[in-house]
Amino acid sequence: MRRLSELSALASVLLWSSGAWAADAAKPENPLNMTAIIMFFIFVSVTLGITYWAASRTKTAKDFYAAGGGITGMQNGLAIAGDYMSAASFLGISAMVFAKGYDGLIYSIGFLVGWPVILFLMAEQLRNLGRYTFADIVSFRLSRIPIRTLSALGTLCTVILYLIAQMVGAGQLIRTLFGLPYEYAVVIVGTLMILYVAFGGMLATTWVQIIKAVLLLTGATFIAIGALNHVHFDIELFFRSALEGVKSSGLADHKKVVAENKDIFAPGGLVSDPISAISLGLALMFGTAGLPHILMRFFTVANAKEARKSVFYATGFIGYFYILTFIIGFGAVVLVAPNPHYVDLAKGVLNGGNNMAAIHMAHATGGDLFLGFISAVAFATILAVVSGLTLAGASAVSHDIYANAIRGGKVDERVEMRISKIAALVIGIIAIYLGIQFEKQNVAFMVGLAFAIAASANFPILILSIYWKNLTTRGALIGGSLGLISTVVMVVLSKTVWVDVLGNKAALFPYKDPAIFSMTLAFVGCWLFSKMDSSAQAQKERALFAPQRVRCETGVGATGASKH
Amino acid sequence: MNEDPVDQRQVERIQNHPKYKELVEKRSRFTWWLSIIMLVIYYAFVLVVAFAPKSLGAKISSTSVISVGIPIGVLIIVSAFVLTGIYVRRANSEFDSLTQAIKEETK
Repeated sequence: MRRLSELSALASVLLWSSGAWAADAAKPENPLNMTAIIMFFIFVSVTLGITYWAASRTKTAKDFYAAGGGITGMQNGLAIAGDYMSAASFLGISAMVFAKGYDGLIYSIGFLVGWPVILFLMAEQLRNLGRYTFADIVSFRLSRIPIRTLSALGTLCTVILYLIAQMVGAGQLIRTLFGLPYEYAVVIVGTLMILYVAFGGMLATTWVQIIKAVLLLTGATFIAIGALNHVHFDIELFFRSALEGVKSSGLADHKKVVAENKDIFAPGGLVSDPISAISLGLALMFGTAGLPHILMRFFTVANAKEARKSVFYATGFIGYFYILTFIIGFGAVVLVAPNPHYVDLAKGVLNGGNNMAAIHMAHATGGDLFLGFISAVAFATILAVVSGLTLAGASAVSHDIYANAIRGGKVDERVEMRISKIAALVIGIIAIYLGIQFEKQNVAFMVGLAFAIAASANFPILILSIYWKNLTTRGALIGGSLGLISTVVMVVLSKTVWVDVLGNKAALFPYKDPAIFSMTLAFVGCWLFSKMDSSAQAQKERALFAPQRVRCETGVGATGASKH
Repeated sequence: MNEDPVDQRQVERIQNHPKYKELVEKRSRFTWWLSIIMLVIYYAFVLVVAFAPKSLGAKISSTSVISVGIPIGVLIIVSAFVLTGIYVRRANSEFDSLTQAIKEETK
């Protein structure tokens, strides 16, 4: 009940956004950061203005799901980067480099190398075969109802898990950065993402992501330059200072590194055994190629050429960003760790936790004003990612489940769009509710699980439907379900959930990442049950492969950009 | 997904067009090669991380603290970008003009 009253208090704050909320109800952990709040308000005003503009241009389903198909390759590349570079990767990876050194880079590389593979095998094919969701491609030959349902299920699982993780991260981050209570932060994020998606559709979401990408890349560039400037751009001195920084640091993580005599410039204990290493690698690489909110971005460009250009730009931006996080992480060892202003020596962590390494770096390199800017950018980053996720989830409900599985594709566009907007609202409310419920839970496993599901359920059926003639509905259905179910079961029985979340003594499944097993199950399932399928339906589906291939390769018959 | 008006006869003409076969063959060979290169680079790295993590800690020179792992990591990131560039370059010229020719010759 306390939460409910706080929520209604917040609703009124949002409606009449007065500056008087500091004195309100729950006690914030930190003092209000006014610069950050002002900059955030500027961002919100601009994006809401864009949403208003986008709403007036969003008339058809194609406008709503795919921004009319008129986004350019460069814009889409930025938007993809904005969709993909989450606050978790900005703060989390720089924090991992800060605390453990080289291990952070291993993650970055895994997150990046999926992109070239998406370009080579999927980007143009997605654009030529699909319209609004990745299920369009899978159901090009295969039977509509079961395939759409399975794809929508895969989409919703990925989206909800990813959303909860983002929401909890947002609440904690904003509490630390802005001094706002956790629940307020979650409700603000949830409300804004509902507004962007329900009113502005893909056009507003795209521009929120583009603006965020530009802000984040600019901000991270300045921090990295600040870090290198401190050592007069002498790379050798930079790493030498980082090494000294770790030795003289008072932080628990660094003391542990020194005590265990670990090399911060070499892989540490992050990846414990070969199976885990390969499994994590698979999940990172192919999970990216199965994330519904990322796949959806390929339908916003006019043709295959723009689709391929967007991946080229996106790979460049994302790769550059990961190099920056690496510099920022080690920079924080040099500039943040020795400074008592940023360190909580009693707890042996940074103020606000080690995830704040990049944020403190902003202060160390650019003072209060820049700290405010980066805090606002971190908030904007979350908004851009959750909006993309919400739109993908809403599209699965309206386009895959309602329009295609239930109504057999014969549906009034306006009704479909209305369903999508309602779905965005419902998903938003669920995300807010679960975000608040999971406040004290360890949600770190959820992003990993989302990637594993994307790699083991969405990716196999998508790639096989594009390239393997013999895939049938039955094979895809059984293989995809096997991938989905086995991933969830293995993650629940692994240490991350069974021990760390549910509090049991020993894990029933020995590995943290199930992808090596679940992906194998999915592919073998698809292959075996397609091979054994000799139904008339299966023959028909195989015969449709040749015309599908023609459209895939040449774009003949693909939907073009709508003309306004 | 068959709502879009597609001329079925054009699809058949394309299927039997020699340039279509050339396009499919060239492009698939190219994209599978590029994918394999990316996979080999990445999994070679993952396997070194898994089986010989210490080897990435070797210093680039006797006077430096920088490990070989750092330039290798950065190079992998750069290689991903370069590979996408290589593909886009060839697709924008060769594959797109082949596609254009196929479309025009089968109208």
